[in-house]
Amino acid sequence: MPYSYIEHLADIGIHAEGATLEEAFESGAEAVFNIMFDLATINTTEDVTFGVDAADLQLLFVEAINETLSIQDIHGFAFKRLETKEVKKMDDLYRFIGTAYGEPLDLEKHTVKTEVKAATYSGLSYKKADDGNHVFECILDV
Amino acid sequence: MSIEIKKITDYIWEVPKTGDMVVPGKIFADEEIIGNLLKDYEAKKGGGFTPALEQVTNVARLPGIEKASMAMADIHPGYGFAIGGVGAFDLEKGVISVAGVGFDINCGVRVLKTPLEKKDVEGKKVEIANQLFRDVPSGVGSTGDLRLREDEIDELLRRGSAYVIEKGFGLPEDLEYTEENGAVPDARPENVSHRAKERQFKQVGTLGSGNHYVEVQWVEEVYDPEAAEAYGIHKDQILIAIHCGSRALGHQIGTDYLKILEEASRKYGIPIRERELVCAPVKSKEGERYFTAVNCGINCAFANRQTITHLVRGAVTRIFDIRPEEIKLIYDVAHNTCKIETHTIDGVTKKVLIHRKGATRAFGPGREEVPTRYRKVGQPLLVGGTMGTASYILRGTEKGMEECFGSAVHGAGRAMSRMQAKRRWRGTELMKELEGKGIIIRSRSKSGVAEEAPLAYKDVHKVVDIMHKAGVNHKVAMMRPLACVKG
Repeated sequence: MPYSYIEHLADIGIHAEGATLEEAFESGAEAVFNIMFDLATINTTEDVTFGVDAADLQLLFVEAINETLSIQDIHGFAFKRLETKEVKKMDDLYRFIGTAYGEPLDLEKHTVKTEVKAATYSGLSYKKADDGNHVFECILDV
Repeated sequence: MSIEIKKITDYIWEVPKTGDMVVPGKIFADEEIIGNLLKDYEAKKGGGFTPALEQVTNVARLPGIEKASMAMADIHPGYGFAIGGVGAFDLEKGVISVAGVGFDINCGVRVLKTPLEKKDVEGKKVEIANQLFRDVPSGVGSTGDLRLREDEIDELLRRGSAYVIEKGFGLPEDLEYTEENGAVPDARPENVSHRAKERQFKQVGTLGSGNHYVEVQWVEEVYDPEAAEAYGIHKDQILIAIHCGSRALGHQIGTDYLKILEEASRKYGIPIRERELVCAPVKSKEGERYFTAVNCGINCAFANRQTITHLVRGAVTRIFDIRPEEIKLIYDVAHNTCKIETHTIDGVTKKVLIHRKGATRAFGPGREEVPTRYRKVGQPLLVGGTMGTASYILRGTEKGMEECFGSAVHGAGRAMSRMQAKRRWRGTELMKELEGKGIIIRSRSKSGVAEEAPLAYKDVHKVVDIMHKAGVNHKVAMMRPLACVKG
């Protein structure tokens, strides 16, 4: 998956790339799940489809990630990956629809690492790189 | 881009007011910390995440800020506000900011005193570490024994610690020794989303992860006998520290209101230098909603630490022959809050809204908010160290009331990123190394232990000494760890 982490003294930054916008969202979510769990220990027996909207693409990226964090808490899930169904502009709003895959969190089976409290607006950016890739960056509060 | 820093005293520095800054910046630090802040500032010229110094000046530009945009000696880059940041705002002209509180609303420290001595615990360190690890739910995805319905959550958000004490999690006297008596007024659950409450149904009484912990400590040194006597602590005594916050409810309030205040910033035309610094006027509909939601988060965290206190009492009394009521609170302090407090600014006594992001309230002697028993010496400040070094109890001073709105450091402050720490240490080796030094660590997350390596933090002794020498916080006692459950 094309994502990497960026040094930040207190927290951790993510750099998420994709050949398409859809893929860049998927990379970002996986970057976050990988901070929380050893992804190799998680199967994808369950899925949850959700939608979020925001005023621009950067905020939409943060919204989508934060939504996966909420769903994991409420349903007691550990997510392994996110699949984007749709990213589109509707009038003055951007809309994301996606499906997160994982399974119920099992502390015996899953290796847990560090909790992510939220994706923040700090260091938040979106750009199209020279190679045409879509790139998001932001700092997570961990 | 360059920045000027003026030395006021050896331990107080000023970033003079320039351009559109409303007030100057004021940093409690020594030459070395200032040097590091400047180095970080220079390094970020070409881009990258906002350095702490720039965050101090960004906050100094917000409307209605009073006196100075401040940072305590544990300053390091945060999101929007620097960690260690303190910003007070006029209630009429000022703003309220999500970044000034953070996502872990009322993350804080509570310290309990016991009738046990170091010699009683030395031989039972492993047992007590294991018992605490079993009894206090910790780590990613952990859930507590107290399950609440939505109407019960609303009660908890309104009443904080008192609510869980009525449910049997603690003693009524615990309230007196909790900041704000365990609940701030004006908490309105109707301004907290269903989503936030839903995330909390199973998380009351859980530690969380990251830098949160329950730690068994012994008092190695007493510096201020009068204050130590007032707080009821003495050399070699066993204390237990609890560090955690409002769990997912707080995270969700932060997430929800970041979006609401982002819209409000545009609506009210507030000049924002960093997107995370979104805010709303204190006196706006959005500002008031956020403030009353934060109050719910604050109360939730008090209730959480209270519930964990009950679990700690259970664990300790299972191992040692003492009664739960012999384990008493010294105090409970919050370090991610915004609160309305009365302060004297340029000779005028007025109410202001104070954000403390990674900073502790530190009221001096005589303030009515301080418990009667402590009022003569000032409020206890509980400074969390790292699992391998030391923690401190300090007290608030009159000078602190004048210089920094009665505020204090909250910990050592990170000196190294989590990624660097993980490259340098492995969790299991670090646990073995600490065990060799007589400190037992228990955690579900080995990588989390590596991230929290003691050397990844600034020297807590030095950070505390700066505040002590600046005269704004005063050293009372220093504790060393014996056993630590990491989240």
